[in-house]
Amino acid sequence: MAYFLQQLINGIALGSIYGLIAIGYTMVYGIIGMINFAHGDIFMVGAFIALIAFLALLSFGVTLIPLALVLVLIIAMLFTAVWGWTVERIAYRPLRESFRLAPLITAIGMSIVLQNFIQVAQGARVKPLQPVVTGGYQLFVQDGFIVNLSNIQILIVVTTVALMGVFWLLITRTALGRAQRACEQDRLMAALSGVNVDRTISLTFVMGAALAAVAGLLYLLYYGVIDFFIGFVAGIKAFTAAVFGGIGSLPGAMLGGLVIGLIETFWSAYFSIEYKDVAAFAMLAVVLIFFPTGLLGRPEVEKV
Amino acid sequence: MSERVKSPTSRLKTALADAIIAAYVAFALFCLTLGVKTVDSPRGLNLMPRPGLLAIAVGSVFLGRLLLGLFWWNRSWRLPRLPWRPTWPIPAVGRYGKQYGGALLVAAAVLFPILAFGIEKTLHVGIPLRYLFDLSILVLTYVMLGFGLNIVVGLAGLLDLGYVAFYAVGAYTFALLAATFGWSFWMCLPFAGLLAALWGVVLGFPVLRLRGDYLAIVTLAFGEIVRIVLLNWTRVTNGPNGISDIPKPTFFGLPFAATGPETFASFFGLRYDPLHAIIFLYYVILGLALITSLVTIRLRRLPIGRAWEAMREDEIACRSLGINTTVAKLTAFATGALFGGFAGSFFATRQGFISPESFTFMESAIILAIVVLGGMGSQIGVVLSAIVMVGGFELLRNMQWLKLVFGQDFDPSLYRMLLFGLAMVGIMLWRPRGIISSRQPSIVLDERRGAGAPLLKQGRA
Repeated sequence: MAYFLQQLINGIALGSIYGLIAIGYTMVYGIIGMINFAHGDIFMVGAFIALIAFLALLSFGVTLIPLALVLVLIIAMLFTAVWGWTVERIAYRPLRESFRLAPLITAIGMSIVLQNFIQVAQGARVKPLQPVVTGGYQLFVQDGFIVNLSNIQILIVVTTVALMGVFWLLITRTALGRAQRACEQDRLMAALSGVNVDRTISLTFVMGAALAAVAGLLYLLYYGVIDFFIGFVAGIKAFTAAVFGGIGSLPGAMLGGLVIGLIETFWSAYFSIEYKDVAAFAMLAVVLIFFPTGLLGRPEVEKV
Repeated sequence: MSERVKSPTSRLKTALADAIIAAYVAFALFCLTLGVKTVDSPRGLNLMPRPGLLAIAVGSVFLGRLLLGLFWWNRSWRLPRLPWRPTWPIPAVGRYGKQYGGALLVAAAVLFPILAFGIEKTLHVGIPLRYLFDLSILVLTYVMLGFGLNIVVGLAGLLDLGYVAFYAVGAYTFALLAATFGWSFWMCLPFAGLLAALWGVVLGFPVLRLRGDYLAIVTLAFGEIVRIVLLNWTRVTNGPNGISDIPKPTFFGLPFAATGPETFASFFGLRYDPLHAIIFLYYVILGLALITSLVTIRLRRLPIGRAWEAMREDEIACRSLGINTTVAKLTAFATGALFGGFAGSFFATRQGFISPESFTFMESAIILAIVVLGGMGSQIGVVLSAIVMVGGFELLRNMQWLKLVFGQDFDPSLYRMLLFGLAMVGIMLWRPRGIISSRQPSIVLDERRGAGAPLLKQGRA
């Protein structure tokens, strides 16, 4: 029981990070219907920006950790958002009216570019960071097994829930969110009704990148080590999560993230750690057989 | 349009403002990623500012954008109109290309090694034969893979991001059969292909109901699953260490060896030359690629090929006409996988060593890029883009001269993948429909349907 609870906590923390990245995939997919393959690498760039910003703040003498973290969060979100915007502007916007596979290929190309840019600029070695958020609570002890809830796990879940809330409000309550939903339904009609489609799409990428940056920061704090290749695996997992939950659906992305995180953690805990990815992917295939549009996705009714 | 009328000074102003914004964006992009480098130190990571590099990066973006704004985007002159329709890169090819292009290409591919070998052996002009043939074999392997994936993506319109799985199945089937039973390449080849095809059907079944991007992610997941299993099933696959000592193919039972009772060289009374084996490998892969190409061309004319194309164009309409899309999808996956398996076997025998390292998602992405960049459904397009992508990638390896420009510390190979990615984006932006865009169904009614706006939007018309 204690072991189970511990894995549950770990799984939720990991799932939250996947969920944050998955939202970026799902929003972009919802609005322009393309797989933004570079999103995982935007997450990686976000983690690097967070790392560098954190080190820079330390060297400037900002030693108060909560203040430093808030500043790093803001810096990482802002600067990563610029990356998200630029990738859309260079690689996707010119191909918007092109056929479906064209932006997919540029996305894969951009993913290669981002990975190798960071590798060239920052080196291929792994970048360790000393533990920043330490401590935690011992929930209870059973048969000598201590169930820990660390502060960083609390931070991850709280940040994720808070950001989800903010984004949910942004999408359901603001003019921007309305414009986004309009573009999602019918881009041409939205444009005719005076929605600036290009701007809305750009802002979607900006929002997705900002969330990916948060995920990058949390990943950095949780694992304490990053390299230029983390974006690929995390990106695939997050995309799996987005599809799992029903691509295009925001709560679905979060749910999918949690499910993938939990499957992975439990599989590594009870079965074999080598096959945790196989478990997650196999689960995806099984779910898609029974729910071809994901758990919370709307079935696409095609009128002929 | 109105910008053309503007006076030179206001044009300069707009271009300048634009360039300044671009410079700001570049600064935001690069200041934390390029402007500061993390360096290891005994007490954790340290930061090392690189203001010079940052200034160069931002400055070049500013200058580039300014020049583009002044002389390119708002130019009042036009490029001279091309006298031919730019569906083909070279005009002469455009005229006769459709008729003789393929035949010429095949003839060139068949004659090339003989000519190169003959010229080098008689005149000694210093052609790096070994390197040239290795590179051609590599290109042809990708051409073959491209042809195979073209059946799935280009003809049937099923986006497959895990094609490398079948490549891996083929390679491992051959390697394991050869290691356990000591079978030769030619005996294993059909088995490798059939097993890969079987896996194509196995993958096909669960994804029958899925469409578009759901299909893409499941195929991607399948590719990863195969790789992870190969990596961890150590008892059978030897895990990350891979399988080595895979036998080379023989010429009707004659091995390419320096010594031995009966070798290729001794049988034909030639002097032994290690190049013979490589040239033979070249012809093997050329033959395999040609078979794939021929089968694809013939399949397009068969009912099943027509069904694939119909399914690509409109699945619902296709089903309404009574075409069994289940069969069409499964055969598409199986046929594509079959050729992937053949290519995998060839890869294994050529390398003599395989490990899961060779079957990453990046391979799938490169093969898909070759198909899409070549123009989906076009065979010559696949050949051209395989030459451009793989050959270009190899050219980037030989950028040692850049050391003269940037100093001895400069390592050009680091920039290889970066440039490769940029080229992928660049080619796609330049020709979004592929180098050769021929996504027309093999058969159409005489009366073409009108190109309505929604069709144009989807790039179908």
